[in-house]
Amino acid sequence: MTGVDWPHRWAHVSKILTRPGPFAHPDFEACPEMMDFLHDDCKLLIIGAGGLGCELLKDLALLGFRNMDVIDMDTIDLSNLNRQFLFRKKDIGKPKADVAAEYINSRIPGCKVIPHFTKIQDFDSSFYRQFHIVVCGLDSIIARRWINGMLVSLLKYNDDNTVDQSSIIPMVDGGTEGFKGNARVILPGVSACVECTLELYPPQVNFPMCTIAHTPRLPEHCIEYVKVLLWPQEKPFGEGVELDGDDPAHIKWVYDKASERASQYGISGVTYRLTQGVVKRIIPAVASTNAVIAAACATEVFKLATSCCQVLNNYVNFNDTEGIYTYTFEAEKKDNCAACSQIPQHLTFSEDDKLQDVVDHLKESAIYQLKSPGIITTIDGKNKTLFMSTVKCIEDATKSNLKKSLKELGLENGQEIYVADPTTPNSLLFRLQLASKMDD
Amino acid sequence: MIKLFSLKQQKKDGTDGGSKSGPAHKKASAAQLRITKDINELSLPKTCQVEFPDPDDLLSFKLIISPDEGFYKGGHFVFSFKVGQGYPHEPPKVKCETMVYHPNIDLEGNICLNILREDWKPVLTINSIVYGLQYLFLEPNPEDPLNKEAAEVLQNNRRLFEQNVAKAMRGGYIGSTYFERCLK
Repeated sequence: MTGVDWPHRWAHVSKILTRPGPFAHPDFEACPEMMDFLHDDCKLLIIGAGGLGCELLKDLALLGFRNMDVIDMDTIDLSNLNRQFLFRKKDIGKPKADVAAEYINSRIPGCKVIPHFTKIQDFDSSFYRQFHIVVCGLDSIIARRWINGMLVSLLKYNDDNTVDQSSIIPMVDGGTEGFKGNARVILPGVSACVECTLELYPPQVNFPMCTIAHTPRLPEHCIEYVKVLLWPQEKPFGEGVELDGDDPAHIKWVYDKASERASQYGISGVTYRLTQGVVKRIIPAVASTNAVIAAACATEVFKLATSCCQVLNNYVNFNDTEGIYTYTFEAEKKDNCAACSQIPQHLTFSEDDKLQDVVDHLKESAIYQLKSPGIITTIDGKNKTLFMSTVKCIEDATKSNLKKSLKELGLENGQEIYVADPTTPNSLLFRLQLASKMDD
Repeated sequence: MIKLFSLKQQKKDGTDGGSKSGPAHKKASAAQLRITKDINELSLPKTCQVEFPDPDDLLSFKLIISPDEGFYKGGHFVFSFKVGQGYPHEPPKVKCETMVYHPNIDLEGNICLNILREDWKPVLTINSIVYGLQYLFLEPNPEDPLNKEAAEVLQNNRRLFEQNVAKAMRGGYIGSTYFERCLK
């Protein structure tokens, strides 16, 4: 990739990478090859090409990362243009990922950004496995939890139950909300993951149902009333049509009804903008917050990729509502985290063994001593309840599985089964090792 | 601290160690795992019972409450639960499918219970909601009305409220609203 470089193009980055320094990580070895790694080998995945994503792509590309994939399921909207600076008016309606990738590739010589106009859920582990680091600029907790679960599931464990370090794909996650933001580094299996700190996310603002229904005091109450109670009752756009915050006709209907209600109660302040804001739960995005958080994330990616400095340990909050405030702390790994505390344990059975044998083993073996295990698995992407005795109707429906062999139940070698039990605060994850009779 | 650079170089040379862990199975979501735990540990009061139309789908089920004391003794009330992928960050969506004359449940099946909306926390479980709902039948709360008429009657004339509830459960009109019979 020498063709695209000009003299001193990487002078600043190479000062960091080719010289030792007092602040460098003890294991850091200054060498010119590091630059080649950044340019040619290091593969990043950027999830989200919105407010944070545009900043991240720009920052990372200018740092020298060239092999980047970007995923975004959204198309460009007029209201994005003030801060999502890779997009222009002519791009409205086009996929964010495509336009962002094209812009970076044409503007920053050497960059090979590959766009994916799709949902993260559309890719499987073989896709995610190819990256060295995943960077997220997302606005959805569900998406964060999903990618977190994916990266945790890629972990491999050594015989002594320690994480095989080569299986770790670090995740750098940024988030912004108005003038507040946060950046964090997650080393799946090593440090706190998204699921460990789920309680840290601010809860959705929900007004009490009775306030909405009978004692509205705020314009928001009137809008929520129309959204939660009137819409499903009046079905203004037909049976089964969900309220769509991006459909102007829908918002107009909500706005009119909310205004009517507000005037009944002598409440002022219902506007079209507020209506859309409440329906879509919009928090105004601030360009400078995105810039700060993306810069923090890009720096962490650079540190992770080069080991030139200790990485953030592991969570920083940023707030510039009044003055500028940051606070860094170490979010702790949760012992009973539903995602990352589960070190898959191997269960060895023959494929002709019955599910009853597995249940008996879980109850009787000295290590587990479970009381009433509930067992689920996923077959062909669909959830399957294998057995659960605590709920009568599920027990009735799954009892017959106990007599079936593991093969008959469609369980394969390497199949993951999850076991919940009142004796453990976390579910247990087992990987079945099935021997067919011929192997014995 | 992990050293990504050298490790990844190894990874490249060693073609990913042993990837013989079998086919790439789709993983159960975090919401799925949590609900499995919630359901497996359900401990229902004897007045409650759950039904799963599809036992493989633990994210949608029905709860039937049959109070054995109070105004609603003898009634049979069905609630539908829909648990989303945001669980437990977001509460499940719960609706009352039985028409009920109740100050905190409206005729559309919306329920005014704080832990279903403003006071939901991820530490709460399906069990917490079951107990919350059962409590609504033992102690209807006229302070937070969703069915305003019912609340006013309860507040002003307990005797009449009691009669109205009994009438609604037997099947009949309260004012202009017809309530379907929900006695066993």
